[in-house]
Amino acid sequence: MNIAVDARKIPAPVFERSPGYWRTVGRRFLRDPVAVGAAAVVLLLVMLALFGPYLTPVDPYQSSMLNRLKPIGTDGYPLGSDELGRDMLSRLMAGARLSLFMGIVPVLCAFVIGTAIGLVAGYAGGRTNTLIMRTIDVFYAFPSVLLAIALSGALGAGIFNSLLSLTIVFIPPIARVAESVTTQVRARDFVEAARASGASAFTIVRVHVLGNVLGPIFVYATSLVAVAMIIASGLSFLGLGVKPPEPEWGLMLNTLRTAIYSQPWIAALPGVMIFVTSIAFNMLSDGLRSAMDIKQ
Amino acid sequence: MIDTPTAPLDDVGGPAQPLLSVRGLTKHFPLKGQLLGGSAGVVRAVDDVDFTVRKGETLGVVGESGCGKSTTARLLMHLIAADTGEIVFDGCVVGSRQLPWKAFRRQVQMVFQDSYSSLNPRLTIEDSIAFAPQVHGVARREAVERARDLLTRVGLEPRRFAERYPHELSGGQRQRVNIARALALQPRLIILDEAVSALDKSVEAQVLNLLLDLKDAFGLTYVFISHDLHVVRYISDRVMVMYLGQVAELGPVEAIFDAPRHPYTQALLASMPTMDPDRRTEEAPLAGDPPNPINPPPGCRFHTRCPHAEAVCKLKAPRVQAGSSSAHAVACLMHEPGSGHGRAARGDTPAMAQAAE
Amino acid sequence: MDSLAAAPMSAATEPLVALRDLHVSFTGGRAPVQAVNGVDLEVARGDTVALIGESGSGKSVTLRSLLRLHPAQRTQMRGEIRVAGLDVLGLSARQLADYRGKVASMIFQEPLLALDPVYSVGQQIVESIRRHEPVSAAAARARALQLFERVRIPSAARRLDAYPHEMSGGMRQRAMIALALACRPQLLLADEPTTALDATVQIQILLLLRELQREMGLSIIFVTHDIGAAVEVADRIAVMYAGRIVESGPARTLIRAPRHPYTLALLKGRAHGHLARGARLQTIQGSPPDLAALPPGCAFAERCAFAQDACRATQPPAVTLAADHLARCLRTEATAVAVVDPAPCQG
Repeated sequence: MNIAVDARKIPAPVFERSPGYWRTVGRRFLRDPVAVGAAAVVLLLVMLALFGPYLTPVDPYQSSMLNRLKPIGTDGYPLGSDELGRDMLSRLMAGARLSLFMGIVPVLCAFVIGTAIGLVAGYAGGRTNTLIMRTIDVFYAFPSVLLAIALSGALGAGIFNSLLSLTIVFIPPIARVAESVTTQVRARDFVEAARASGASAFTIVRVHVLGNVLGPIFVYATSLVAVAMIIASGLSFLGLGVKPPEPEWGLMLNTLRTAIYSQPWIAALPGVMIFVTSIAFNMLSDGLRSAMDIKQ
Repeated sequence: MIDTPTAPLDDVGGPAQPLLSVRGLTKHFPLKGQLLGGSAGVVRAVDDVDFTVRKGETLGVVGESGCGKSTTARLLMHLIAADTGEIVFDGCVVGSRQLPWKAFRRQVQMVFQDSYSSLNPRLTIEDSIAFAPQVHGVARREAVERARDLLTRVGLEPRRFAERYPHELSGGQRQRVNIARALALQPRLIILDEAVSALDKSVEAQVLNLLLDLKDAFGLTYVFISHDLHVVRYISDRVMVMYLGQVAELGPVEAIFDAPRHPYTQALLASMPTMDPDRRTEEAPLAGDPPNPINPPPGCRFHTRCPHAEAVCKLKAPRVQAGSSSAHAVACLMHEPGSGHGRAARGDTPAMAQAAE
Repeated sequence: MDSLAAAPMSAATEPLVALRDLHVSFTGGRAPVQAVNGVDLEVARGDTVALIGESGSGKSVTLRSLLRLHPAQRTQMRGEIRVAGLDVLGLSARQLADYRGKVASMIFQEPLLALDPVYSVGQQIVESIRRHEPVSAAAARARALQLFERVRIPSAARRLDAYPHEMSGGMRQRAMIALALACRPQLLLADEPTTALDATVQIQILLLLRELQREMGLSIIFVTHDIGAAVEVADRIAVMYAGRIVESGPARTLIRAPRHPYTLALLKGRAHGHLARGARLQTIQGSPPDLAALPPGCAFAERCAFAQDACRATQPPAVTLAADHLARCLRTEATAVAVVDPAPCQG
């Protein structure tokens, strides 16, 4: 018998313990300086969101009509003051919480719901797939900003309603990506082999499909956080989202509109924060995608 | 530990009963046609196929692209649902109350061609093998034990391989894992769909030896699908030749290779590249490409390329008669007395031009 | 040297292709992968040579080196590659573009991947012709039609306007051959062109290649893992293992009386019909070496039935066994007596 001979007669190459998929992805990610930088920025922003309100130098709600629109570098107002005399630095720090909240929460909810829809459509295939996906496509056909505005308008202003409308806006694109990836994984032989062993569809999805699709969907979802923030700030800009006097970067852009002529730098500051956050999340998602693209 | 009986487990019908008996298996895939005005046609992938597989034998299945051998394998595993046809396993009709599909699945397993795509890249080797037993109620610890035992059986040391991931193994090693995975449910029949085709020749030899050893040890029956005629000749007891979704010829391996009767089988065997540099092939036995199963020719599907075709071949479709599993059956009007073909009347059936190469 | 003048025919005795001590390694992993380790090969005009080997043997890498198809940043090549008198490794980018297609061209295993899916095959041939020769579009198209007829594509005129996905596998392969021969190259490189084809189509393509080679006086280097295909097409066969040519010689000699233990084992291990029922195949134990960590001696020694200590110490030199029959082995006397069963010759 030739088979077992192989293992014994030939000196075995030294095998190190296999790290597993996610550890390998982690290592690759850490080797990419841009990705690590972006992750650091995101982490900073999250810290700011969590602790910002407690660390503000002054009360972000404290207004002072005498000290309106003071320029950057004024004594007591390091980043100037807004149109109601409130300290910009404190407002920006406190605003991180709400802004990031408006960016991350809808995407997270849409991720869960969209993945579930996409998994069902992708695994079932056939008419179920067509039914689900064409319904999704109807929503997908609307430009996201318009859809968000329409939904918010229908539901009414307020944080909860804008979160809801944003979630609904993001379910279709995530569901599409989820369906696409699921269909690809579904076609692979190991899923056929699992079907051949008599496993139920639920077991197969849980054991075999989920682990292979969550990665790409997650990467796609992270790139949507920036979009969510921008649309949320758009909604606040239009008065549909957050209501004053809450510090939220989009809302601040709105209320500082008229200050563009007198204090352009201050008016731009909230926009800068949104910009930095978008870039950081996008680069994080790019970095994740590269790290996960392991050519075997 | 897995039993290694000399006789198969749960042998219901006894040695004379065929293990697998297929009648009238048919599968047509609809083409995506226009929205209005009906479908654009069907792909007649498998059309009214009959054959049997005896216990303990290896049935080789050969044919070229479009012949339906892979679709047949998937129909046998019920990975695709057949349009019509009946599958009888050891005397019980599959899908009936006596033998529901889930119970049947325990008895029949499959090994695929692409060794990498057959394994979940996120699971370790032993998890992949232990999955199926757990689905059928085996406790995890016992399933993993069984997986490790199977790894030893297929020549992979569990200590080194059980916790590896598929991408760390070579093609031959992965295929051994796939074989171990197929054995995990202790099946009686294993369908090997081009299981060694993607491997290097030296690795292929190792895996073929392994398959033969396992067959003896576990009393298995194989259906071996391949396009490599040398390998099929080596490993099979009987061979089935398929063409355009139908069975062209079915018989014992020596009969098929030494005295093929169907003109397609003759051409296929003559197409094997020679190993003798002094006697190279001078003329291709068949011209053109294997046709498309979308609109197969009427009557005998091979008549458009057959050197012996006559007018009657366009009208009448020959069939391999169902039933006898030892006879050498051919689907050809030349071998059907009274069919109207000139040669059938004269009793003059052409043998292959050269001796079996 | 701006224009690419091929060497004059007076150098008729000089081989068309000469590879001398070719080394190719790929960087980028933990250690450089040494894919080709000192290959010497000569192909005369009008000769067909088959390169046989398994995965990792370096046969495809050697072939692609002749057209310099490897990514420049990750590849290190040294040695000499001379084709039609040109030093291929020394060509500039522009000269290389002139060389490819006109002096040497290639056909691949999977035509669907090698042909551009958005252009018809006729357009692709015309583009190739006009790249290398100053002819009008109409003249180029006429030539493309001629080529199609020569490679036996039925309804050639209609097929010129077909897209690759509209053709069957065998037809696509013929179209790719037509494309490769459009500019009348002197050397045709074939990288497993029949591996993905059905048996009845494979034999047609092999015969076509033989016929075209005779008519056009082409030299062909044919890479394959299928010994049968090699025998049908080639006059000479070279067997590769771990990036080196371990044996080369006339097809007849190699098949009937191989002398390198690897060639012997390959031929013996083939499944064929004359084995006794239930007999096991003779396998080569072990597995191919890691190309990033090659041993100092003969790479096959650890799997070889004839190996001795001397084999593991240094690279065996090429031993001339007969005119044109070389083997890199120290144990050729021992292998001379191990005669291969003549039955496999009948396949």
